[in-house]
Amino acid sequence: MSSFINRHRNIIDFALSSLLRRKIKNISLLGVYTLIIFVLASLIFFVHALRREAALILKNAPDMVVQRLMAGRHELIPVDYGQKISSIRGVQDVVPRLWGYYFDPAIGSNYTVMVPRDNMVQPDNIIIGTGVARVRKASVRDLIAFQAYDKTPLLLMIQQILPYESELVAADLILMSEQDFQSMFNLPKGYATDLAVSVANPRELVTVATKIAEQFPDTRPILKSEILRTYDSVFDWRGGMMIVIMSAAILSFIIFAWDKATGLSAEERKEIGILKSIGWETSDVLFLKFWEGIVISLSAFLCGVLLAYGHVFFFSATIFEHALKGWSILYPQFRLVPAIDAFQLTVLFALSVLPYTVATIVPAWLAASADPDAAMRS
Amino acid sequence: MILQPAILALLVSSFLVSLMLLYAGWYGVLILKNWDLASGSDLQLNLEKRTYLISVVLGYALVFQIFSLFLYIFTADSLHTQFVGAMCAAGSLNVNHYGYPTLLLKIANCLLSGVWLIINFADNRGYDYPLIKAKYSLLMILAPLVVLEALLQFGYFKGLHADVITSCCGSLFSAGKRSVGADLAGLPAIPMEWIFFGVMAATLISGVVFCFKEWGGYFFSAASLSTFIISAASLVSFICLYIYELPTHHCPFCILQKEYGYIGYALYATLLGGGITGLGVGALMPFKKIASLVQVVPLIQRRLTWLSMLFYLLFTILVASKMLFTSFRL
Repeated sequence: MSSFINRHRNIIDFALSSLLRRKIKNISLLGVYTLIIFVLASLIFFVHALRREAALILKNAPDMVVQRLMAGRHELIPVDYGQKISSIRGVQDVVPRLWGYYFDPAIGSNYTVMVPRDNMVQPDNIIIGTGVARVRKASVRDLIAFQAYDKTPLLLMIQQILPYESELVAADLILMSEQDFQSMFNLPKGYATDLAVSVANPRELVTVATKIAEQFPDTRPILKSEILRTYDSVFDWRGGMMIVIMSAAILSFIIFAWDKATGLSAEERKEIGILKSIGWETSDVLFLKFWEGIVISLSAFLCGVLLAYGHVFFFSATIFEHALKGWSILYPQFRLVPAIDAFQLTVLFALSVLPYTVATIVPAWLAASADPDAAMRS
Repeated sequence: MILQPAILALLVSSFLVSLMLLYAGWYGVLILKNWDLASGSDLQLNLEKRTYLISVVLGYALVFQIFSLFLYIFTADSLHTQFVGAMCAAGSLNVNHYGYPTLLLKIANCLLSGVWLIINFADNRGYDYPLIKAKYSLLMILAPLVVLEALLQFGYFKGLHADVITSCCGSLFSAGKRSVGADLAGLPAIPMEWIFFGVMAATLISGVVFCFKEWGGYFFSAASLSTFIISAASLVSFICLYIYELPTHHCPFCILQKEYGYIGYALYATLLGGGITGLGVGALMPFKKIASLVQVVPLIQRRLTWLSMLFYLLFTILVASKMLFTSFRL
């Protein structure tokens, strides 16, 4: 056993010194390799962190939302639907929700306007998200002017600015009283945007949803689990699409690595020839090449992953955010919570180190199996 | 098809492994047809050089194979949120008919690749390539299986369609769709406990007999294969119940999660290790009499037997400690 370990220690020693002897060639390879891993890792970490964030946010979402559809589009729902739904066995609570979007021509962005459940906002007051406060340069007790549905001005005073922790969900949020909501949007009486339904036993959700869909054929019940599923697949799809687009870059890198591995310099050929003539076997040279590959791959993997970690979790993935988050005037500013697990690292490994290794096996063998005299003479 | 980075990674790795195996297989055919150690022809010299390449290729392929087995389970697990009724990998693998066959084939291919490497190791110890025909014949079985696995895996991922909300319809996926089976049905727990410990004891005893008396190599190998299969069935039947401390949850994949201290990795690693080394003992049995291997094969077999017993013993200790140190009783 110890002779086995010693043999490999010596080969690793030789591999390291041989890598250092060809600094320029190996540093250029390491640089490109690190770059590829950095881009892939940033993408994988970012998508995973966003998925996680979405799941955390939706934890507090209602179990089920019932929307009304008309001509295939979302319509206002009569509040008395809610009374009938609450009589279905198993339904714990039905709350009509009032919310909508307001376009602010002054800064060209959309706000989400909502009436909170527990009358936490006094009439003529609003509570705003940090994003709104930022773009309107407003602080508590300032007045903000809105335009009502009939173009009449509506002046509302800022009662509170939501804490920074809620930035990701509430950057563009404005909470107002029901009375102000009515004067802003003039919703018909007895209607709500949708209904939030809570069910005591989560196992009964599907049954309750089926009953609602049967009793009110013009409605669409949406379960929280379905929203989560949709988010998951949207993020997966975006991540996957980016990787498909990047596959051209990965392929170019593989060709680059193949080219570097096959294009042995005369000096390297000679070196292998000398090694073989002094008693190294083909398998020893193969081990040498194997350890060289491991050193390069692990260094690139480590550097790439560390750089990507900084990029995603300290700099909020500046390079990818626009492609992956979608577009908006009023971006939430948020720092993602670092979350990396073995799964992402394994995926990253399979997408980068594995193709690199496969691309270098045959060149390594070609170098190792050359005849010593021919190698030295070349 | 769901376009997820992990799925792309699996497709890429399977494609690469298949490519490597096909390449090796092509030279395998040439070796089986033209190998003649007495000849000094160009072809023969070239083939002798190629055997190094093929050993390296298969060494990597085995590592990738084990890697892709775990990645496959992980990916199936991460996909479960996208299917109605799926609670973990057990549910996602049930989404279409290719999920479980792919998994079984991946396990079988891991075992076969391991056995191939053991034969290759023994072959390299002999000076006259004594097992060359045997190992390339095994490659002829392994290569098509790996390609089949890649195809089945592609079929599985291609047939996945997430149950997402669409804006055009008001129907409810969760109600209208057939829910995927969320759990596996296990064999009855109490008889399986007896069978598991019985087979394990038989394997360990036969291993000790083989090591000291050099008798019953085939029996030990067969026993360790049975132990592998019965342990896998026991994982579903009763071992998982003790780990989850739930009498109904039979999933063999959730034990790989953090919540259970990643104990699944230790269980699967020891099980695979025990299976591969145990099978290796039987695979080397026919070659004990070959002149250049007379000294080598018994030594390798003894080491493999000890290793196999060690792996299985560790597996049993893990299982028994879980059964003893939990308040859960069946």
